[in-house]
Order: sequence, then structure tokens, then C-alpha cells
Amino acid sequence: MKIAIKIITSIGLLLTIFPSLGVFYEVLSQEENKNFMVIGTILWFGPKIIFKEKLENK
Amino acid sequence: MLLEKLTTHLEEVKEYERESVPASRWRGFKSFLGMYAGEHTAGTEFVIGPLFVAHGVGAMDLLFGLLLGNFLAVLSWAFICSPIAVRERVTLYYMLEKICGKHLTNAYNLVNALMFCFLAGSMIAVSATAIGIPFNIPSAKLTDWLPSGLPWILIVAIVGAVTTFVATLGYDKVEKFSTIAAPWMIFVFLAAAIAVLPELGVTSWGNFLQVAQDKIWTGTPLPGQSKFTFWHILFFAWFCNMAMHIGMADMSILRYAKKWTAGFASAGGMYVGHYIAWVASGILYALFLQQNNQNLEFAPGQVAYSAAGITGALCVIVAGWTTANPTIYRAGLALQAIMPQAKTWKITLIVGSITTLAACFPALVMQLLDFVALYGLILMPMGAIIFIDYWLFPRIGLSSNLAELKNLNFNVAALITWLGSLFSCFLIAKTTGLEIFFLGLPGWFLTALLYILSSYFYQKRFSK
Repeated sequence: MKIAIKIITSIGLLLTIFPSLGVFYEVLSQEENKNFMVIGTILWFGPKIIFKEKLENK
Repeated sequence: MLLEKLTTHLEEVKEYERESVPASRWRGFKSFLGMYAGEHTAGTEFVIGPLFVAHGVGAMDLLFGLLLGNFLAVLSWAFICSPIAVRERVTLYYMLEKICGKHLTNAYNLVNALMFCFLAGSMIAVSATAIGIPFNIPSAKLTDWLPSGLPWILIVAIVGAVTTFVATLGYDKVEKFSTIAAPWMIFVFLAAAIAVLPELGVTSWGNFLQVAQDKIWTGTPLPGQSKFTFWHILFFAWFCNMAMHIGMADMSILRYAKKWTAGFASAGGMYVGHYIAWVASGILYALFLQQNNQNLEFAPGQVAYSAAGITGALCVIVAGWTTANPTIYRAGLALQAIMPQAKTWKITLIVGSITTLAACFPALVMQLLDFVALYGLILMPMGAIIFIDYWLFPRIGLSSNLAELKNLNFNVAALITWLGSLFSCFLIAKTTGLEIFFLGLPGWFLTALLYILSSYFYQKRFSK
């Protein structure tokens, strides 16, 4: 469980930063980047908040 | 019920306020690295970076000024604050009490609390600019001092009330949330800046410097703003946290360090928060200016929203809130040291009200650079007093910790030094026209000299 949360939150953090490089190299649009950032934010905070107690207990 | 539970919990927390921190509670370098990085990536970073752009600093002046200024700040933490912190392992307040006496420490606490209120106020105002986006509240201009209207006051009042309420309940949970949010905030700052570079004309990393000089840090200030040079940036980066390093406030944190070298961990905060975040927020503001025909309106929430969408606005809210909250809590603690009988939640409520009132005035955000410099300058003399008292006095035959030694409530020499050094700095500024950012350096040496002289004469009366 802990590993799964770690993987999901790490993907969230990566989705916050990497799409911006896509915009820089003209692979992604600014709007797509903004959407990825929102998804990344949800993936980063969601599990950390929902499974907070489980993470703390472990 | 909830308050009772929290009060019991708070009473159980042992912070070693009047004793040395035991070895079992000491922490390693890494924990300080993360703490500093998180603490110095705050809501105010969304203001400071853009204000450098508004003040027309040149690109190379900014990049090298920040590099060197932050380096000097790290050295100040490592060589001035940290060694005394790990040798004594007591809080700044207890150290001051031993040197200056209880009453003078109370005066320091009062000033400190007031400064914390204004600082938290600026963070609430920053958050409010993001929350106000859906309501189309008119943004304040860089030259504005007074609230733009009732809608702005209402938004600030709501943000202030929520922040104060949460601070009243203690700040354990907020601290945990801040720890989660810190890496995300740094990534949002970076991502937002990288993504807008093509709109500014950066087509490859190779032409970044050229575009930076032409379109971001152009060297030309906006109308009504003074011109900043390399020296402004260097001294601002060095002294914006003067109260913490040279002013010794971080003794309270670094006393938990295993070794004095933990002071170098401040580099985490300086080069992430005070370099990357300031550069990134400057880039975002440059694009905002370009898109809005150099409009003087300035709302960090709007700037972040236009660059990074909802995530950007959320980042401004989170950055402002997670730093305003502990700042209000700290202001409450500083005030409670003066009024120990008063309930913590009542004091936090008073502090929150002052903070919210201050946040209504855009001047707090627009003049943030001056305020931060003033904040450090006012509290710096007490750090210089500790430094001289600790290292120099035993070597020149003067007594250290005079208030503790002679059971004094008021060390007159320390008071003369504090007020005298501030008055001297004021005179220097008036007669030479030296700006507030530069006063800390001569101010420190003046404080040292004043403290040695006044103590020499003051301590004579005790040897008779």
C-alpha cells in the first residue's frame, strides 16, 4: 500500500513539472500543460491526505 | 471540548524553552535542509520576484546578486547564528533574558510580534489575490497604499478569519500540510516559469540570457519605482532574513542541530526559495506585463493563474496560507511570553485581527521589500548584542549574561545599544541618502561598538 501511494504521488509530482518542458519544446500546448498540472496536483495531494493516517502509522 | 483537548496536547509538548535541548532530541543536517527549503518557499516569493522586475534590475545583476547575496546569508547562518545555538542550545528569548533582562526581552517580543503580524498580513493579502480571481475584484496598483474597495476588504477579512481560526487551534496540522505542499510548490514555481518562456521569446536554453536581458529584467524600472542595481539585490538577498541569522532568531531552531554545520543547511532555503522561486516569479510577472501592456496592476494570484491556471492560483493560496498560519501562531507565542496568564487562543485571535487589518492595505505587499528590510534592521541589534556578549565580553574582561548574573530585569546598556543603533541607522539614511537595504552592515558594527562602550560604563557600577 505504502509503495503504491509513493508511486502515485511521485507520478503526480512529475506531472506537475514535466509537461512544462513539453510546452518549452513545443510538444504540448499551454492548455494541456495546465490540465496536466491539475491532474498532478490531485495525484500528489489526494493520496497524501486520504491515506494520511495509514502513512503516519506505518 | 476541542480546545480543552488541544490545550492538553499543547501542554504535553516539551520545547525546552528554559533548558538545553537534550542530545536525544538533536537532529541531523538533512532535516534542516528540508525545513529551510519549505520555510523559504512562501507566499511572499510571489511578490519579491516581481518587485525586482518592477524595480528595473538588470538580468546579470539579478542572477549574480542573488547568487552572492544568498551565499552571504548562508554564511551568516553558519558562522554567526549556528555556533552559539549549538553551544548554548536555548531559545533566543531565554538567551536575551539572560543578557538583557525580562523587561527588555518583553519589549523585543512585542516588536517581534508586531512585525510577525505585518509579515503574516502580506501573506494573507497574497492569498486573497488568488481567491479574488473568480469575483473579478479590481487589482491594486504597484503605487497603491489603500484598499481598492469593499470587495477586497471582504475577501481579505474572510481569508484572515479562516487563517486565524486555524491558527487558534494550534499549528501541528498546518505544519504537516506544509511539509506535503513544499516540494509541490517548488515544482509549480519552476513549471510555470518554464512553460511561459516560449511566450517571452525563449526558443532554446541558449537564448535565455538574451531574452532575460531584453524582456524580463530589462534594467528599466516601471513608472514610480526606484532603480535597483546588483548591490540592491545582493544586500536584499543577504539581509531579508537578517532577523533570523544575524538577528539570531533561528537559535531557537538550530539549537536542535547535532553540529554547528547545520547552519549551512539554510542553503536549501536560499537557493530554492530565494533563488529559483524569485527568478521564476519574476519571469511570470514579465509575461504578465507583456500581456497587459505594462499595466501597473499587481496581483500575484492573477499572475500565477494566467501562467499556470488553477494550479498556479492554488499554489499562491497554499503558499500564502501555510506561511501566514505559523507566522500568526509565532506572533501569538511572542505576545504570550509578555502575558503568560492570557489564553493562547485569545492572544492568537487578537494577533489574527491585527494581521487581517494590516492585510487590507496593499501597501504591505507593494512595499514588501522595504518592510522586510526594516523588519530585519529593527531586530538585528539584539543578535549583535548576543554575539558580542558571547564571544567578545569574556575576552575583554566584561561580564556576559549580565541580567542573569546581577538579577536584573533591565540591562540599560542593551537598551541604549538597541535604540542608539536604530537612531544611528536613521541618521545615516537621512544624511547620506543610503537606502534601507544597505543599513544592516554599518548598523551591525555600530551596534557592536555601542554595546561595548555602554557596557563598559554600565558594568562599572556593579563592580563598585
